[in-house]
Amino acid sequence: MTEEPTQQTNRDDAWAKPVDKLTVGDARAGAMNLNVDGRGLTGPLQGFGQLWQKTYRIRLDGAEASVQDVVAYWKANLPTLMPDDSRFYPSLTGVKPGEVLLINATLPGMPGGMPVSTGVLILYADDEAFSVMTPDGHPESGFNTFSAYDEDGTTVAQIQSLARANDPVYEFGFRFMGGGAQQERIWRHVLTGLASHYGVTAEVDVKKVCVDNRLQWNRASNVRHNAVIRTTLNAPVRAARRLFGRA
Amino acid sequence: MPTANIATTVRRVNGACVIDIVGEVNAAADDALSTAFNEASQGGVKVIVMNFTDLQYMNSSGIGVLVTLLIRAQRNKQKLNAYGLSDHYKQIFELTRLNEAIGIYDSEAEAVAA
Repeated sequence: MTEEPTQQTNRDDAWAKPVDKLTVGDARAGAMNLNVDGRGLTGPLQGFGQLWQKTYRIRLDGAEASVQDVVAYWKANLPTLMPDDSRFYPSLTGVKPGEVLLINATLPGMPGGMPVSTGVLILYADDEAFSVMTPDGHPESGFNTFSAYDEDGTTVAQIQSLARANDPVYEFGFRFMGGGAQQERIWRHVLTGLASHYGVTAEVDVKKVCVDNRLQWNRASNVRHNAVIRTTLNAPVRAARRLFGRA
Repeated sequence: MPTANIATTVRRVNGACVIDIVGEVNAAADDALSTAFNEASQGGVKVIVMNFTDLQYMNSSGIGVLVTLLIRAQRNKQKLNAYGLSDHYKQIFELTRLNEAIGIYDSEAEAVAA
């Protein structure tokens, strides 16, 4: 064991400060800000569906990049690493603990996809990892951790989610409408893009573990916050605003 | 995977099992905590208490490890309690909403009796 002061260290600054409700501050231009302001946070215990731990890894063999280099690049370039159908908009402050990252995505399930505007809280960020936590209405309820670590002298980049579908509609979507496959495609895209930056072409290793196969029926009412439904219902309002020239 | 920097001991107290945690709770602590949890669960113990008095640090992956322990406890119909958390980590438990399922207490006696 190392001799360190117990519990209170400057690493504690890596955690977001406690919040009851999310507040979106300086949203980037082009980001649709819906279903985030005023929402509470939901963790792996508060969602509806089966709880899954999904781990996506890519080895950066031959890359001259430390763990810290990779995570710094990841934080700085998070939006450009995402695919076109899942846009991330960090606040102007960047990927920092307590900041809110807006997400504008398109989910499968109907021709052209279903638009969803949501976001996540940057729950934790240090120089080796950053984690996000979902709000009410997000397709998932839980955490996503983006990290890097050293494995036998090679830097490995990893995305690990610990989450369940937030409500019955999302659970159905993940299981039967291609939501789960889309999620896997997105994280493969991010990791291969990250590896590509370092000149590495490699396979993404995926491991999925069902941590809890129970459905939490007492959370079925989470559907009232469903961001896909709310984004869709909001479409006429957005169209009217565009028509009359209001932001 | 980060290097594990954790030591655990398991002891029985008034029918409950206490896991003393010394060091850091992160992804690398998964094996140590899982082993301690298995040991603590033997004999049909219904209350498992995590002693965080000597916790040095916990990151977000560590919170994830605790979630998986909690799910195992729920599956075994066990209560999972904790004590010894600093104010900072009590806030983290509230932020991540772990406090809704893990009982947080100020003393071992309260956590064991709960």
